[in-house]
Amino acid sequence: MTLEILTPEHKVFSGEVKGILLPGAEGYFEVLENHAPMIASLGKGKMKIMKDKNNTEVFEISGGFVEVLNNKTSVLIEDATAVA
Amino acid sequence: MSGQLKEVRNRIKSVTSTQQITKAMKMVSAAKLRRAQDAIIQMRPYSQKLQAMLSNIVSSASAGVSMSLAEERPAEKVLLIPITSDRGLCGAYNTNVIKLTRQAIADKYSAQNAKGNVTILPIGKKSYEYFLRNNYKIIDNYWTIFSDLSFDNVRKAAVHAQHAFINKEFDRVELVYSQFKNAATQTFVCEAYLPIPKTPKTKGAKSTDFIFEPNIEVLLQDLMPKILNTQVYKAVLDANASEHGARMTAMDKASENANELLRSLKISYNRARQAAITTELTEIVSGAAALQG
Repeated sequence: MTLEILTPEHKVFSGEVKGILLPGAEGYFEVLENHAPMIASLGKGKMKIMKDKNNTEVFEISGGFVEVLNNKTSVLIEDATAVA
Repeated sequence: MSGQLKEVRNRIKSVTSTQQITKAMKMVSAAKLRRAQDAIIQMRPYSQKLQAMLSNIVSSASAGVSMSLAEERPAEKVLLIPITSDRGLCGAYNTNVIKLTRQAIADKYSAQNAKGNVTILPIGKKSYEYFLRNNYKIIDNYWTIFSDLSFDNVRKAAVHAQHAFINKEFDRVELVYSQFKNAATQTFVCEAYLPIPKTPKTKGAKSTDFIFEPNIEVLLQDLMPKILNTQVYKAVLDANASEHGARMTAMDKASENANELLRSLKISYNRARQAAITTELTEIVSGAAALQG
């Protein structure tokens, strides 16, 4: 599925991924291939992008939104700091 | 005679150095304008996606969800947010923003102003100085945004306005700034910010069966402030680009003027020089003639 992570200041990530782990407003959840259409609010926490099995990227975020539609996931956040 | 020559020479020198400064400022503004435009382009996908998400939610929402940020109240207390630059030398840019703000007060809110219920939240040093000098009620925590322009700083100002609106400190909030069209033209606008102007339900939008987490009401409550933050950020970026555009044009005009001035100065310099030579020649010739007797 395609993933796009946007902040007002720049595009953080854009590309093909296996899945993404997100800190939902009511707990962590994961979005994988062929997820049903969804709009969800995000809380504070760590966002984990899974490009493939052992290649991941982690960002610290403080709330935002995610929209999943037709295997296209867009994450809108106000700031993202990469966690090594 | 040579005194006048020297005077003209000095003026030429000073005009040339001024021209160098205006040329340099023009170049700097051009570079900064590029950066400012890039920033606007960078934030566009974010704001578009946010809007799309909103319309998706709104088209799925059955009834109108009541929101504290959209509450219409009689306008008794008004907050205006004029956005100007920190520095001058950019033509009529700052003057226009301030003029529009004053006009808005005079046209729409003169009754409120008479009661002292108009407050200004200036952004940018120029508007801060102006409204302070003219004894307006101001909120002076955010006028330095341009010294460190980031979304985070702009958000603080936006959140302040939203909280004040919810707490009924203000019944109406408006943004006054200049929209960036291109380097040479800016459009000065007075934009309603709060309460949120009603967005008509976009018809024909195919409504997909979305799962809403946690639910529509909470999502809308969360989404609205984000959109409002983005709106202020966009206004600030627009103002920033306009400022550099205005400065670029102003400095271009100044350099051109300097050229014009230099040309006429050079003419008068040459004239004075020629006059001096002619006088000298006449003196020599008449001196020789006197000797020959």
